[in-house]
Amino acid sequence: MKQVMKLAAASTVALGLAVSPATAAGELFLYNWTDYIDNTITDKFTKDTGIKVTLDTYDSNETLLAKLKSGATGYDLAVPSQNFVDIMIKEGMLIEVDVKSMPNYKHVADAFKKPSWDPEQKYSSPYQMGTTSYAVKKGSGAGQCASLKEFFEPNAAAKGKVGVFKTPEEVVNLAHIYLGQNFCTEKTDDLKAVQSLLQGQKSSVKVFSSEGTMDRLGDGVTLVSNAWNGDAMKRRLKDDTIQYCFPKEGVVGWFDSLVIPKGAKNVENAKTFMNWLMAPENMALLSNFANYANAIVGSDKYMTKDMASSPEVQVPSVPVKFGKSCGPKYTKAIDKIWTKLLQ
Amino acid sequence: MTDAARTTPDIALPDAKVAGKASGQKRKGFEVGSFPGLKTWTWVFFIYLYAPIVVLVVYSFNANNRAQKWTGFSTSWYAKAFSNDDIQSATINTLIVASAATVLATAMALLAALALARGGRFKGSTASLGLISLPLIVPEIATAVATLSFFVVIGIQFGLLTLIIAHTVFCIPFAFLPIRARLEGMDDTLEQAAMDLYASRWKAFRYVTFPLLLPGIVAGAMLSFIISVDDFIISLMVAGAGSTTLPLYIYGMIRVGISPEVNVISTVMLLISLVFITAYWLLTRGDDHTVH
Amino acid sequence: MAVGAEQTRRTWWLLSPALLTVGFFMVLPMVILLVFSFMEADPYGGVDPGFTVEAYVQLLFERDFDDTLAYTGIYLGIIWRSIALALVATVGSLILGFPVAYYIARQNTRTQNLLLFLVTLPFWTNLLIRTYAWILILSTDGVIEQPLKAIGFLDGTLDMMYSNGAIAIGLIYTYLPLMVLPIYASMEKLDFRLIEAASDLYAGRYRVFREVIVPLSTPGIVAGCILVFVPSLGAFVAPDLLGGGRKLMLGSLIHLQFASSRNWPFGAAIAMCLLAIVMIALMLQARSSARRRAMEVA
Repeated sequence: MKQVMKLAAASTVALGLAVSPATAAGELFLYNWTDYIDNTITDKFTKDTGIKVTLDTYDSNETLLAKLKSGATGYDLAVPSQNFVDIMIKEGMLIEVDVKSMPNYKHVADAFKKPSWDPEQKYSSPYQMGTTSYAVKKGSGAGQCASLKEFFEPNAAAKGKVGVFKTPEEVVNLAHIYLGQNFCTEKTDDLKAVQSLLQGQKSSVKVFSSEGTMDRLGDGVTLVSNAWNGDAMKRRLKDDTIQYCFPKEGVVGWFDSLVIPKGAKNVENAKTFMNWLMAPENMALLSNFANYANAIVGSDKYMTKDMASSPEVQVPSVPVKFGKSCGPKYTKAIDKIWTKLLQ
Repeated sequence: MTDAARTTPDIALPDAKVAGKASGQKRKGFEVGSFPGLKTWTWVFFIYLYAPIVVLVVYSFNANNRAQKWTGFSTSWYAKAFSNDDIQSATINTLIVASAATVLATAMALLAALALARGGRFKGSTASLGLISLPLIVPEIATAVATLSFFVVIGIQFGLLTLIIAHTVFCIPFAFLPIRARLEGMDDTLEQAAMDLYASRWKAFRYVTFPLLLPGIVAGAMLSFIISVDDFIISLMVAGAGSTTLPLYIYGMIRVGISPEVNVISTVMLLISLVFITAYWLLTRGDDHTVH
Repeated sequence: MAVGAEQTRRTWWLLSPALLTVGFFMVLPMVILLVFSFMEADPYGGVDPGFTVEAYVQLLFERDFDDTLAYTGIYLGIIWRSIALALVATVGSLILGFPVAYYIARQNTRTQNLLLFLVTLPFWTNLLIRTYAWILILSTDGVIEQPLKAIGFLDGTLDMMYSNGAIAIGLIYTYLPLMVLPIYASMEKLDFRLIEAASDLYAGRYRVFREVIVPLSTPGIVAGCILVFVPSLGAFVAPDLLGGGRKLMLGSLIHLQFASSRNWPFGAAIAMCLLAIVMIALMLQARSSARRRAMEVA
């Protein structure tokens, strides 16, 4: 009985500790992709500004949107891709911040100063950019990075050894590229072709997941896998057994931005983070961790040798097509294809 | 785990006397009706039950950073996990939610158990019992999305408060069952006698019923606490910014892959569960009455 | 005991906090979920006003890309898979758990208590953690494959992860105690003199097993099966982590609709189906125990 009392006392103490005041300069709740930032960056931010960062993670743009829509508000910053920034602006989910007026905005490369999804830069500041494609396990006979065929219609060696992302957006866009279709196509024939392509691929699929994909590939659980370039590079640097592919048909490009969702409690701290990250040395730190390119002029000075010579970052002469936000009809059709696929 | 426990109003409690002690006779040496291999099979069963747990604990001492390959003994992952800020804040969140939910659920369960055990039979007693046990019957995923929808409709911001509310609800039956079991095992003549002497209902409760009932209350509270600490699916749906609990943090790590840090947190959580459940078991062992 | 009006009032006062909490935060949410299942889906998450049975239509029919309705077996397929996997888990736990329950019931009280405690202990540890442990065991180069490779028994991989088998193992592991306990409970009450008498009469062990032990422990078997079947049906963690997301089950399908697919009404409709199946299972159990009681009375 006494021990029980002690236990009770211990939890009361824990409770007391928990409600003690947070750090003076305040906090920042960051909602980010898995493995897209680490504490070398957040610790430096805390050191520079005194603001403490708390991180939660998600695995796809779809999950982010669903979570924010379902009332999981209170996040001060999120990191959607360009097409989802567009959706969130249209749905009135973001707080206006006027990124243009921030001191470090001057470092943003001219080419990225009028992005089509947020031309006035009222809501979003640059985070990282990269491509979506697939990667192969070297020497497995599963592919030579020649064509998206290796991913969508895998050969005998890769049968049952394909890894595919868990949510449809990027997979379907890759399929559109492979089939030579336009993004957001609402044509019945196009959608049917996508559906039968993915259905055919499924018999070779080992796992649908967007996280830990490159470790699975490196360990040989999969031999062909959906991949983001930075993720693939991270694993390649470890043991050089995988190759990120730029197939001849092209790859999907994306540009991730920082945005402040409505309901954010620490808007000023979020703005501080946006501005802080646009400084070349900080953005370089992020690129060195995540292994993606960025839109900040002068950040390359601070980047590692690996980044400067990365074959994953330098896109060879294949088309890069950026995903757009599509209409509800298309969205519904894709959802149907996906649910049918996972049934 | 709770989605299983939830459907077991009367059997899942780690209460060894589930069936009552109908027959205390010793059956040692009873050979009729024995089957060959029965003992071996039971061994296999317990190995199946405990092997994963042993693996988990052993691998938390693995030196390798890819947890499933054993490369040597090390406690470095413990040091790393304990100094991890995110794990610390997840632990604090877990403790806040579990403590609050336990206090609330146990208080409400105590009142309800007193009412149902001492109120005699009345119209609606069966229905009340059914309502209180409802969280045990409904599959957890359904509770999770229903709770999510409800919070969206009333427009509350997700965070620790929503977690505490949701946890309190499903903790109520877990706190209720041991308290009621204890109450039913108690003779109420003492209480009646006390009431005759003191005349005050409150005093009779305070000085007679409550001390006798305390083991049941503590048992119920501990059960609630452990159920809340372990909850995953409902938390997944109604957690918001800065209210990540330990299971949610673990889920975030497992999705990425295997890491010894997960083994460390898991081992620590296992230990906590074991301590609580063993304490619970010892507390209720004297109770001759069961949770029916 | 005569129940006075004053006492009844006090009883209700004491009951009200618990009843109101469960009613307000559990029953009302269920009603809201039911309402949601008849509303229109907002393509970006949440619901739009307007009454429609679209979500239920969607269960059986699909609107083709050009909006024509056609019968589809997708969701029935998922429901069927969930039922099948839940059945496999149920039968698996029964086979694994029945002899153990019998073994425990034949021990002396002290040993019984200890063994029962050991059966329930893992059950009270975190579901995620227990499932994660199986990832360690089943994965490529995991606890099973490594030693096999070391002694040269295995070349390549067994490929155990991300399969229906892995899901079933995870489900059985998770819910096994729920099978053992009720069977034990019914056997504990079993009069072992009956077995003795039967052995004297029939002599054959297996005949005793078939004609005495099994019929007498039927109530426990039924209860155990329900207790394993119901939560397996709505499982989310095992298919998600051990199944590799390739095979949806009801639980994962519901979660998907409220997460990345953002079709809340449909998710709500499936949740209602899940609840219906659970209710049917519980009613079947209630009926069978009522019949038993009637037989006992007779």
